[in-house]
Amino acid sequence: MNIRWFMSRVVSRLVLFLISIIFLVPFFWVFTTSIKDMSQVMAYPPIWWPNPPKWHNYIEAVNYIPFGQYTLNTLLICAGSIIGVLVSCPLVAYSISRIRWGGRNFLFLLILSTILIPFPVTMVPLFVVFAKLGWINTFIPLILPAFFGNAFFIFLLRQFFLTIPEELPDAARIDGASEFGIYSKIMLPLIKPILMVIALFQFLNAWNDFMGPLIYLQSEAKYTLSLGLQMYRSTNYVEWTLLMAAATIVVIPTIIAFYFTQNTIVESVTLTGLKG
Amino acid sequence: MAVKAHTSRRNTLYGLLFAFPWIIGFVAFTAYPILASLYYSFTEYVGIGTPKWVGSGNFNALFHDELFWTSLYNTVYYVGLAVPIGFVVGLALALLLNVDIKEIGLYRTFIYLPFVMPAVVVGFLWLWMLNPYYGLLNLFLGTVFHIQGPGWFSDPKWAKPAFVMLAQWGAGGSAVIFLSAIKDVPRELLESAEIDGAGWWTKFSKVILPMISPVILYHIITALFGGFQIFTTAYIATNGGPANSTLFYVLYLYRNAFQYSKMGYASAMAWILFIIVLIITLIIFRTSARWIFYRGG
Repeated sequence: MNIRWFMSRVVSRLVLFLISIIFLVPFFWVFTTSIKDMSQVMAYPPIWWPNPPKWHNYIEAVNYIPFGQYTLNTLLICAGSIIGVLVSCPLVAYSISRIRWGGRNFLFLLILSTILIPFPVTMVPLFVVFAKLGWINTFIPLILPAFFGNAFFIFLLRQFFLTIPEELPDAARIDGASEFGIYSKIMLPLIKPILMVIALFQFLNAWNDFMGPLIYLQSEAKYTLSLGLQMYRSTNYVEWTLLMAAATIVVIPTIIAFYFTQNTIVESVTLTGLKG
Repeated sequence: MAVKAHTSRRNTLYGLLFAFPWIIGFVAFTAYPILASLYYSFTEYVGIGTPKWVGSGNFNALFHDELFWTSLYNTVYYVGLAVPIGFVVGLALALLLNVDIKEIGLYRTFIYLPFVMPAVVVGFLWLWMLNPYYGLLNLFLGTVFHIQGPGWFSDPKWAKPAFVMLAQWGAGGSAVIFLSAIKDVPRELLESAEIDGAGWWTKFSKVILPMISPVILYHIITALFGGFQIFTTAYIATNGGPANSTLFYVLYLYRNAFQYSKMGYASAMAWILFIIVLIITLIIFRTSARWIFYRGG
């Protein structure tokens, strides 16, 4: 029995180790390409670690495209849309979780059902409207919708609001606090940790977004980093080493945001009550 | 009684007031665009000026458009492989991650990490990994197995399977969700199954699977949704090629809308996609009653 227990553990570790390598090897290959010389990229057999590493690729990569400008553009969209979801989503979640009114269950179902609408269905009319307003080639179409709520975040916040005991707001209500006062002075401070996570989620959304900027941003000066990555490629040539250096830089903030959110992503599944 | 009616009216007022941002947003960014897109689908429209009513013209043209059928076939092919394979891979990873070893958190992070990578980076990364000559996979196949790997993204036969494979790199996303569901299966159930002499497979199929079935339903629906809307990785890695073998539905829709300025045509495509996805979701929900087990329900 003990030998079996021990063996199963050894086998588990071995399999997990091998699988982790398979999942991580692409990252390593991107990174090692980013510090190679173009001649080493084509070498056979493949070079695992170039000697000496060509760190200069990173300097070339950020000078090859307006990297600073694109970083700034991306950060502006991230910041704007983070403020948007932080202002709007808790309000709506509060309405459908803590205020006892007739329409709240219907509204909750309506919010959930919008998750089932494919983006292409709304994409064309939204573009037309934004074009009429003269907002194409501005960041407005990428920021403004965040101020009107995000179904997934509202859903997540609702679950958190529901865990707060009724006694707290009731006591404040007896003391004559207004509904908005209860919301901003009692409820919001209690959900601060999840607000942080939502900010990070939205950062990931905006930082990783490609289709939105592709549709709405047309002049190269307005590009985000995800659009800019395409500029290392021309019709018949790819600057692989520079592209991989740029990709490495782009991925670092994603990894950091991921590090701080990974536990909540798992917990949110528990909270959403999906587990039955 | 009067106080109660007053409170209820007051609550409705506050309820609407707090939900106001979403209600406005729903009208402006969801309800209006859906209806407008339905209207556009019956018109010829370049994005400016007035849409010209053409009745069912766009739909007739679509059914005679070879590329429309190609893009639908490519997408169904992709979804048909990527979703079932993704389910098995995700579940297998979750079972593997469900062991009591100290460093399990580290393995979970490694397997999960690719899931949050930007799609553009994923596209370029796999374009590079699957390069026929200098890509790591073919170099590996060549040096270890002495096999000449296929051209992947440059071979019409292999391009779609390449995207299916690429999707599995993100399987850690569903694995962590399955894992947290598996961890939530009551220990007593597994123990009593063991006392009754149940083996590994019986425990898995008779206890774990039914207990996590709501999560499986959620996973399948979101995976189908994502699968039908595959865009960015394909836009980057192949842009529909070679020989339109990876011209996926949304890619073709995007071209019609924003490269050919055929907004009406693109809207008709969007509505066909919407209806396909809705029907599949409905079928899954209807049949789910048979295989879903809701605890204490």
